[in-house]
Amino acid sequence: MATVLPVYPTTRRNVELVLVVAAVLISCGAWAVVGLTEDGSLPGGLFAHGGGLGALAVVLHLLLRWRAPHADPVLLPVATLLNGMGLVMLHRLDLSEGTSAASRQFIWSALGIAAAGAVVVVLRDHRVLRRYTFTAMVTGLVLLALPLLPVLGKEINGARIWVGIGPLSFQPGEIAKIVLAVFFAGYLVVHRDALSLTGPKVLFLRLPRARDLGPILLAWAVSVGVLVLQRDLGTSLLFFGLFVAVLYVATERVSWIVIGLGLFVAGAVFAATTMSHVRSRVDIWLHPFDADNADSAYQLLQGLYGMASGGLLGTGLDRGRPDIVPFANSDFIYASFGEELGLAGLFALLLLYAVLVERGMRTAIGVRDGFGKLLAAGLAFSVALQVFVVVGGVTRVIPLTGLTTPFLAAGGSSLVSNWIVVALLLRVSDLARRPAAEVRNGPEPGDTGVTQAVRIP
Amino acid sequence: MSELTLTVLRLGLLALLWLFVLAVVGVLRTDLLGTRVTARRTERQRGRQRRAEPPPEAPAPRRERATLVVVEGSLRGTTLALGQSPVLIGRGADCTLVLDDEYASTRHVRITPAPDGAGWLVEDLQSTNGSYLGRDRLSTPVPFEPGTPLRIGRTVLELRR
Repeated sequence: MATVLPVYPTTRRNVELVLVVAAVLISCGAWAVVGLTEDGSLPGGLFAHGGGLGALAVVLHLLLRWRAPHADPVLLPVATLLNGMGLVMLHRLDLSEGTSAASRQFIWSALGIAAAGAVVVVLRDHRVLRRYTFTAMVTGLVLLALPLLPVLGKEINGARIWVGIGPLSFQPGEIAKIVLAVFFAGYLVVHRDALSLTGPKVLFLRLPRARDLGPILLAWAVSVGVLVLQRDLGTSLLFFGLFVAVLYVATERVSWIVIGLGLFVAGAVFAATTMSHVRSRVDIWLHPFDADNADSAYQLLQGLYGMASGGLLGTGLDRGRPDIVPFANSDFIYASFGEELGLAGLFALLLLYAVLVERGMRTAIGVRDGFGKLLAAGLAFSVALQVFVVVGGVTRVIPLTGLTTPFLAAGGSSLVSNWIVVALLLRVSDLARRPAAEVRNGPEPGDTGVTQAVRIP
Repeated sequence: MSELTLTVLRLGLLALLWLFVLAVVGVLRTDLLGTRVTARRTERQRGRQRRAEPPPEAPAPRRERATLVVVEGSLRGTTLALGQSPVLIGRGADCTLVLDDEYASTRHVRITPAPDGAGWLVEDLQSTNGSYLGRDRLSTPVPFEPGTPLRIGRTVLELRR
């Protein structure tokens, strides 16, 4: 006779600690390699930055032990390593360009990890967020519109997506991404039945009813509005893609993807034909080597040449010339990594992103409540889409847009918002991996009803 | 710094990055969760084993080995070899197959070897939500034929030779 029981994952917090320490050590090693290559000595900021990052990550790990003991064990180490490698590349570019982006990025890393810790400690249960569905919608739209205000908004490099108070500037669109993911999840978990069960069937597609098209048309209109008013292709694409993805996850109907892609193509064609800056982006993408585009395609071409000179194994940190590329430490940090770490390094980074996204999706499968599923899937997809859009733009798979590479690129708002995304995924995964309450029935026959104590958030 | 040292450092960093990725993938393998089968020896079994030492004087009619396979539900993929002893299925901790299924009763069905020596009988133990063999709700013990789905709550079981 044998008993067969479902297996629940163990907490694996010790594995997480080992991996976090490994991630910090790899980052420190890379930082040391930069210094050794530069002048043969260990760089000064090594222990301050490496130790600081390590201490922050370990503190977050301890907070997880305290408040989310069943959370996923690989999310934190992967995020730590990506953040650390970003710091190394910024430091390396600082040496060539004489800037101090790495120190600023380090402060933002600390703020980001602190924000993640605050989310893990304060938010005991992600289902609380569902109460703020429409608050989230209003907040998200206000954040998206904030840069358009006359005094606060700032236009940098042609995109009006910044809010500046004195010397500080912030991209509210990055936070809007999270808030809107909360709104989409909360809204669609209520309305998914209406959106998925009714409607006429045409060929192999079950189309939605005309009146159910409202939300997707609204989302499309807002994203086109962002594109026209703020001239920001990336945020608009991310916003609409996120909505369609969560809609698909909620309804399991391919027709929403078809409709979403159709609307996207319509918007893209409209933008490419009427708006000059979008048209020039498409032109650069299709004909970067044309003599007419010599000036405008300079950045993209230098990035491509950089990656080509990196080859399979890269030139080695501090031995290439990634600083030739304009915005090498933000928009084109992927090309900088391609030049100095080579294809092998790029694929390692891409795999780290893949793991991050996979853990998010796995969390969405594992968690039992619909809101948590949609939230985790939406957040994970937003990271995936962002990486695809940036990497695709830099490697000339799709036209270049102005999104940031999560965790790697210089930019505080993006870093803080991505740490919050990781914290939310950790929070949801804690519930997904927590074993169900042990059910112990008395041996009395006929005792079939089981009462479980459930904590109400 | 000599060229050789720098090359070693450069390749070492890449190797470390990949080691980290592989370590993470190794951790992910533990996420492929199935079910754990633990042997549970009972007093009766121990007694039978001792008695089974001498060769059985009248060999029982050879019963074909059969396995019970969970084809749907949270334990999907679990198999259970059916032997001579009856098998109890339900949510209770004393069952042979402990279902993680909110729609199953503590003791839901019993599968016993048929008295004539061929096949198995399945019997509903007055469960709350009932059991369905194929399309019929079980009221009396009926023969459990291979390939017919037995539905218990959200779990579906099948007998396979």
